[in-house]
Amino acid sequence: MLRLRAAAVIATVTALSATATACGGGTSSGGGSNDSPKTLTYWASNQGPSVEADKKILTPELKKFEKQTGIKVKLEVVPWSDLLNRILAAATSGQGPDVLNIGNTWSSSLQATGALLPWDAEQYGKIGGKDRFAASAVASTGAPGKDPAAVPLYSMGFALYYNKQMFKDAGISKPPATWDELVADGKKISKDGKWALGAEGSNPVENIHQTFVLAKQHGADFFDAKGNPTFTSPGAVAGVKQYVDFMAKDKIIAPGNAEYSQNQSLEDFAKNKTAMVLWQNASTTFKAHGMKDSDWGVAPVPVASGAPGAGKQINSMVAGINIAVFKNTKNLNGATDFVKFMTSTEEQKVLCKAYANIPPVKAALSDPFFSRPEATVLKNTLLTSAAPLPQVPNESQYETSVGTAIKGLFADVAAGRQVTTESVKAALTKAQQQMPKS
Amino acid sequence: MTATTTADRQAPPHDGGGRADSGQARPKRPRLPGRLRRISLPYLLLLPALLLELLVHLVPMVIGIVMSFKELTQFFIRDWGTAPWSGLDNYRVSIDFDAPIGQALLHSFFVTCAFTVLSVGLCWLIGTVAAVYMQENFKGRGLLRAVFLTPYALPVYAAVITWAFMFQRDNGLVNHVLGDQLGLTDGQTFWLIGDNSFVALLTVSVWKGWPFAFLIIMAGLQNIPRELYEAAAIDGAGIWQQIRRITLPSLRPVNQVLVLVLFLWTFNDFNTPYVLFGKSAPEAADLISIHIYQSSFVTWNFGTGSAMSVLLLLFLLLVTAVYLVLTSRGRKPADG
Amino acid sequence: MASTVQAAKAADHRSPTAPPPSFVWSRRIFLTLLTVFVLVPVYVMVSSSLKPLQDVSGAFHWLPSGLTIRPYIDIWSTVPLARYFVNSLIVAGVATVCSVAVAVFAAYAVSRYRFRGKRVFTVTVLSTQMFPGILFLLPLFLIYVNIGNATGIALFGSRGGLILTYLTFSLPFSIWMLIGYFDSVPQSLDEAALVDGCGPLGALFRIIVPAAIPGIVAVAVYAFMTAWGEVLFASVMTNDTTRTLAVGLQGYATQNDVYWNQVMAASLVVSVPVVAGFLLLQRYLVAGLTAGAVK
Repeated sequence: MLRLRAAAVIATVTALSATATACGGGTSSGGGSNDSPKTLTYWASNQGPSVEADKKILTPELKKFEKQTGIKVKLEVVPWSDLLNRILAAATSGQGPDVLNIGNTWSSSLQATGALLPWDAEQYGKIGGKDRFAASAVASTGAPGKDPAAVPLYSMGFALYYNKQMFKDAGISKPPATWDELVADGKKISKDGKWALGAEGSNPVENIHQTFVLAKQHGADFFDAKGNPTFTSPGAVAGVKQYVDFMAKDKIIAPGNAEYSQNQSLEDFAKNKTAMVLWQNASTTFKAHGMKDSDWGVAPVPVASGAPGAGKQINSMVAGINIAVFKNTKNLNGATDFVKFMTSTEEQKVLCKAYANIPPVKAALSDPFFSRPEATVLKNTLLTSAAPLPQVPNESQYETSVGTAIKGLFADVAAGRQVTTESVKAALTKAQQQMPKS
Repeated sequence: MTATTTADRQAPPHDGGGRADSGQARPKRPRLPGRLRRISLPYLLLLPALLLELLVHLVPMVIGIVMSFKELTQFFIRDWGTAPWSGLDNYRVSIDFDAPIGQALLHSFFVTCAFTVLSVGLCWLIGTVAAVYMQENFKGRGLLRAVFLTPYALPVYAAVITWAFMFQRDNGLVNHVLGDQLGLTDGQTFWLIGDNSFVALLTVSVWKGWPFAFLIIMAGLQNIPRELYEAAAIDGAGIWQQIRRITLPSLRPVNQVLVLVLFLWTFNDFNTPYVLFGKSAPEAADLISIHIYQSSFVTWNFGTGSAMSVLLLLFLLLVTAVYLVLTSRGRKPADG
Repeated sequence: MASTVQAAKAADHRSPTAPPPSFVWSRRIFLTLLTVFVLVPVYVMVSSSLKPLQDVSGAFHWLPSGLTIRPYIDIWSTVPLARYFVNSLIVAGVATVCSVAVAVFAAYAVSRYRFRGKRVFTVTVLSTQMFPGILFLLPLFLIYVNIGNATGIALFGSRGGLILTYLTFSLPFSIWMLIGYFDSVPQSLDEAALVDGCGPLGALFRIIVPAAIPGIVAVAVYAFMTAWGEVLFASVMTNDTTRTLAVGLQGYATQNDVYWNQVMAASLVVSVPVVAGFLLLQRYLVAGLTAGAVK
């Protein structure tokens, strides 16, 4: 018995001491240094059709950088399924890349961890200053009033993609500019197995992208100025209900879309089953599914009335990718140089053309490539009528709780249950109660 | 753990060929450090396993328990040492069943229990029946055996994504067969959202899980001495009686471990619901592991997630202890 | 096929009298239904892997309208499948060998020796299966990083770290299962070997291990599949050069596109060697050893 107890004590002590060491975590070195000035590790997000395709696009550019500075960049393209967990693990342990890409909606959450280098005026100065970038893109690089955690790299906005032939068959001459028009047009299209609008009802993040804009148009935000959730404000409820009602009341979204979460709505669009989708940068996907570029058109996302603009006339979130420097980097100067290189006007043209994105660097927009119809719509949206998702540390909780609540509402519609203002409000109340207290 | 020390005393009557006990009675063996060797040998044999378990499981588990008493949100993950202690707050939030977080956890717990019982039961049943049917040779047995192990050999992601593909409402095979070909439903059933998602999850879990039970039971059947069957046949026992009287009782030691481990895995299964439903499972199929993942990774609150995990650990420890006490009763004491 | 039939014959334990028709018929029905259940998804995978992308998502039909082998060519360039495959083989293979070796020693100790702390050991090992894996993830990552900082042994991001993790994952069940299999090998056998002058390890490797081959093979298959299919830890602990298949397959699903046909084709391609391995191992699974050994 005694020996047993002794063994147990030893085991516990070992374990606890190991815990203590482990808890020391990633703070071994508080800030960056320049201990290894000749190499950099770069985690790129997957922007192109595949990880391998991304490597082909990026490698020549990195070679260019090496030639200019003598710094060798080790590239890893991290798939989206892994990126956030990898960053989280890196933040926890201090063991990470020097430069990395982040989804711009993660900016504030990651900013709160303190793992990313803040971009104060001096740091921004090293890459040519904040004014080179579109204001909406800079607005989604961290919480307002704090030094940004990242720099905009690629931007993207939402547009209304429509099937020209299906519009013609239904006798519709121009794409809808308001929601009322969209619903009216939609009712003309939605019959005989054809539907007007596509949705990814089971994808919480996509639900957020859509309802954020609709709530804005109803004059509501999902957070107040202090960063507290206001999910149940009348405008937010109305926005969410409007989106779900496209399926429930207006019946212009096929009920099957309630379970979509793998971009099936884009496939349906490419196969002439749905006439419209609200999406970002969808052209390459349509092509992959066998649709010709001439078969679809693009227009701004509708608004309640009037024309897209600021405030209540917002018709897109600011989607995109930011580039950030890991605070623990051993090559601070090199990392800064690399960000400068990636956001240089010339590289922005090269990269955003390759990925069919919109460059957040204003000077790069002059390239004729960004005057194609699709790019023009997206560009104008981004510059004039896009707003960033809430830049609060709890943004990811908001996406999860509200996005999942909307997924549940779609499931209710699919099961034939009624969706009322009360039921929407109840679902959002529950979502709000699950938010951490701040 | 108190039950275990008492069990120690009734350890096997003959061990190591009776040498540890009778060492002094047989002074013939003159190896000098013999006694020490004999005492330390089992520990030496266990040492690698113990070290590995300590490194990869036990220490992280202790860290996890420590985490559960901290307020570990994104503000603190970079330096866990500075995260404030939150006492029992994480636990209080988790088991406050009047508030949404506690309610959701409780709901998820019940869903998981129902799911686990059904899945383990079906996996075990199908695995056993198939193994027993295939104990005796017949034409094509080898091929069939390989076929049956295929679900187990497919990468989890591929297998589950295929099922998700088949469960689609509009284009899926399941609705096509049930609705269009058999006429059992209207072919418009949603399987991946709403209440039916539980059925979908169960189907995938059983499809993926039963070959493992089959494999283990098949191996267990090999250790049943042929003489037992021969003797029974001479006594005039038919094949059904042989199965009931010889096969099933002989499988008991294998089953004891198999069912327990299947239970623990199924209860903690993460990959299946994650691939089938994505990061947010429908309520009817909200398994506890996904729920905890959402409460920690997705929402960056590792303290609450850890507290839920510790509660889960306590529950599973209790179930396991009860299970072991119940199933060990009546087994030969020599089983240790 | 001939070898499996032979091996199967050797394992034919029952009396030579033919089973009654009720048994044969119930067997036929049950096994047929089971085969259908098992094979339908496999069929879906095969047929989807032979379609162009724009056909994969159409309404389901049993017979594909057009076939192409294009996905089987594309899979190698969409993701570095060959490299992932080699990584998986190395990681799963080494983890299996080590795990089985460690488990054999531990199970031998528990099955044949009496010592203090035995129950504590077995129950502790089992209890590690009760904590959800996701909560291990960050602590384990921290431990690996700290070991790396302290000793210079790179555990995170390397195959070594993953091997260590996976071999420990399969260890608890392997130990428990092997204890059961070892217990069913009659003690009289190894006692006799000890009397004949074998050391304890001699008795283990000459008597017990050969007698428990089916169990060891079953455990090895399990250890291999655990390492082969694990997703979560691999996704965080590997980088581009050490990534395993289980994670790598997700590379066919990008932000906007899911290459269903390629996912299916790649899954089938990587599963073929594993299924072939099963076929080879079968004879050991059913080698009728106890019957011979007891005599």
